Amino acid sequence: MIQLTVNGKTENLDVSPEMPLLWAIRDTLGLTGTKFGCGVAQCGACVVHLNGEAVRSCVTKMSRAEGKNVVTIEGLSENNDHPAQKAWQEIDVPQCGYCHSGQIMSAAVLLRENPNPTDQDIDDAMAGNICRCGTYPRIRKAIQLASQMQEKSRI
Amino acid sequence: MTKNNNVDTTRRNFLKLTGLGGAALCLGFYFPADGVPTLVRPSELSESDIELCPWIIINPSGKVTIVNHRAEMGQGSYHSVPQIVAEELEVDMKDINVIFAIGNEKKYGGQVTGGSSTIRSSYKNLLKLSATAREMLIAAAAAKWNVSVADCYAESGHVIHKPSGKKAHYGELAVAASKLSAPKEPKLKKISEYKLIRKPLKRIDTPLKTNGSLIFGLDKRIPGMLFASVERDPRYFGKVKSFDASKALKVPGVKRVFKVNMGYYEYIREGVAVIADSTWAALEGRKALKVEWDTSSFKHWSTPEIFETQNKLLKTQEGMPLKTQGNPTEILSKKTKKLDVVYQTPYQSHVAMEPINCIAHYKKDSIEIWGPIQAPGWIQDDISKQFKIDKEKVIVNMTFLGGGFGRKAMIDYPSEAVGISKILGGPVQVVWTREDDATLGPFRPGISYRCEGTIADGKIEALKFRMAGQNNDHWRGGSKTEPNRSTSEGFLKPYYESIKNLSISDVLFETTIPTSFWRSVYASTNGFAYESFIDEMAYEAGKDPMKFRREHLQEERCQKLIDKMEEVSGWKNRSKNEGFGVAITECFNSTVGHVVKVSKNLHGGVKIDKVWAVMDCGWYVNPDIIHAQVEGSIVMGLGAATTHQITFKDNVVEQHNFYDYPLPRINEIPPIEVYIIDNEEDAGGVGEPGLPPFAPALTNAIFDLTGKRIRTLPFKLSEV
Repeated sequence: MIQLTVNGKTENLDVSPEMPLLWAIRDTLGLTGTKFGCGVAQCGACVVHLNGEAVRSCVTKMSRAEGKNVVTIEGLSENNDHPAQKAWQEIDVPQCGYCHSGQIMSAAVLLRENPNPTDQDIDDAMAGNICRCGTYPRIRKAIQLASQMQEKSRI
Repeated sequence: MTKNNNVDTTRRNFLKLTGLGGAALCLGFYFPADGVPTLVRPSELSESDIELCPWIIINPSGKVTIVNHRAEMGQGSYHSVPQIVAEELEVDMKDINVIFAIGNEKKYGGQVTGGSSTIRSSYKNLLKLSATAREMLIAAAAAKWNVSVADCYAESGHVIHKPSGKKAHYGELAVAASKLSAPKEPKLKKISEYKLIRKPLKRIDTPLKTNGSLIFGLDKRIPGMLFASVERDPRYFGKVKSFDASKALKVPGVKRVFKVNMGYYEYIREGVAVIADSTWAALEGRKALKVEWDTSSFKHWSTPEIFETQNKLLKTQEGMPLKTQGNPTEILSKKTKKLDVVYQTPYQSHVAMEPINCIAHYKKDSIEIWGPIQAPGWIQDDISKQFKIDKEKVIVNMTFLGGGFGRKAMIDYPSEAVGISKILGGPVQVVWTREDDATLGPFRPGISYRCEGTIADGKIEALKFRMAGQNNDHWRGGSKTEPNRSTSEGFLKPYYESIKNLSISDVLFETTIPTSFWRSVYASTNGFAYESFIDEMAYEAGKDPMKFRREHLQEERCQKLIDKMEEVSGWKNRSKNEGFGVAITECFNSTVGHVVKVSKNLHGGVKIDKVWAVMDCGWYVNPDIIHAQVEGSIVMGLGAATTHQITFKDNVVEQHNFYDYPLPRINEIPPIEVYIIDNEEDAGGVGEPGLPPFAPALTNAIFDLTGKRIRTLPFKLSEV
């Protein structure tokens, strides 16, 4: 049994410590918002937060996740209203949408660590997330907008 | 649910609308579960729902459900089809449900989501049937209130009687409306009267894509479903000589290992499937599997040989003419001053972010499929033939697609999944790894183009294009004695008027590597060759490349497109040390022009400063979706031109995953501006036409800046 917290809930999973966190989230817990894209930490479709840090769940073994706090896209906000989610909706960023769970999870960490990112900061932080539909121009815009929303909500 | 005795009579009273794949559409009363095949997923409809017509379902509560009959892979049909219907039906987008149709071409016409065809092939019918439904609802209200139809109007899902202010929602009127005769010519709105169409409405599927709740094929779960990963021949058509499953079967969770076939049109691709209780176990089991292949029955190709062979053929063969006017060959043979060059484009993989996957359940008397599917009808045809079952009993459910780009219009992966489910005797989800998805094809074919031309009096006197590359149609039984129908794709038709001596022909070239549609198909490669060569001809004529195109494209829409391109890019005011390139291509009835600006990079090479794109797609639905599609097309075109290619060694792909098939990333994307030409011409495509002009506009800009002509893709911007 491997114990970990997923989206605030304690889970005891009977899986191999070698199993990537991605498959435990998707197949064992049935949380399919986290996506399989490449399996080798290249595309970022599987990004989740592990103790607040953005990690690629496809190469994060369960042994590393044990006892830690995992947040997936389903647990990022109560009502689809994290500033990144709101900005993504406002700019209509997604096309197919498949990569955007990972994009938003990466953006959420960026916005927390660097609340007012420049375009260069965005490029640096988001270069690990591939979008085959090519929504990159809108991702940039949405992160800038999310940054403004975040700032407003703080005032 | 009670059987309605009027159904048969009422169904005779139908409105025939043709044009959707030639199918007649019934606008009549009809209960979904009435013995007629249920066309929308029953779990999503209640028994009391009334299907007023194939796209419009009304619940007595007033809730309106609109059916999207096409695949949603990012291009926006899930939003755009309802945006059209809602306009003429007079319902608000916020109040509607949208569901996917299952495959049923008798009802919806062609459902193959390819060729950027969703809107252009269906909008006239959608407008008409929605307006018809609206008028029937109004007529039902007028009859109910015993008032004049002329005094009633529809708004926000209600019919209102103007003089009295009486109001009824559509749910109260649907049963009565469905019993009325359909008006022959319902009144359609003028473009100027549209409240929804042509407005940049926010996509209704976006919120589902920001919280992980949207279900893609890979996310779909069926009770009792197992998972499969398949080891397939990396050379495509090898036979399984032997396999050793002993280690695979020891992996916890692995249930069975067996040989499977994957139908690929007339061909069979073999594999060995590992079945397990989780995706991870199936993948681990497969790693432990050993398979020996017999690949002795077909030729193995390597990339250098492919392009050498194409070049050789282009030197010696005239090919099969698709288009010939005047006598370009004779003119070229007499002239000493001419251009004669070869362009080359690589094989490419689609690599949609959602790897290929499919769920199949082979049941006693039906076969059900769920997955990211672009072509439900083709799958029904193929499965019906292969598994000897009536087409109607092959139920194809489309989930959302995590990208498609043509790959998910193939019939191979569902065929394999059905085969596995049949052996297994239960539902199974077959999951392709990224490596499977990237390396097992079918691919965009690699093509060489020989382009020849002469100039007289500053204009093109003779032009001759020959293409040597695999014909995708050959895999689907297409004729090998006729030219590839797509040899001229991408090339603007108004050139035919101004270039009196012109020929475009296809030189037969075949390999054992499977090829197929890749976003914008042959326009994506033709466009590079043809529009680069037009640029070469412009320089040969000593003319500004934009002006040269203007002189050769004497057609009103092209002239307006060029006006707009010049205006937005500042073409005429560009300074001498800036590199500006232009290219204009036609694809799926839309014309798109790009202007690209490049400059020298401080650290060597060039960088792209800006891209301006102008789209003329005629009648359109949602300008913001058009912007998004063109932005995405440019990013995809950038990758195909500068970052990735598929190469072969001994018929095996040399790339594996995103580390050696690198897609463009956010830090590589230039600023992009998109403009739409407003007119009332027939609708053209949107999802693909924005891609083909990018590569030639870029390389034309590089020539403008550096004098270096790039004729082979891909190339590295850092190495120019």
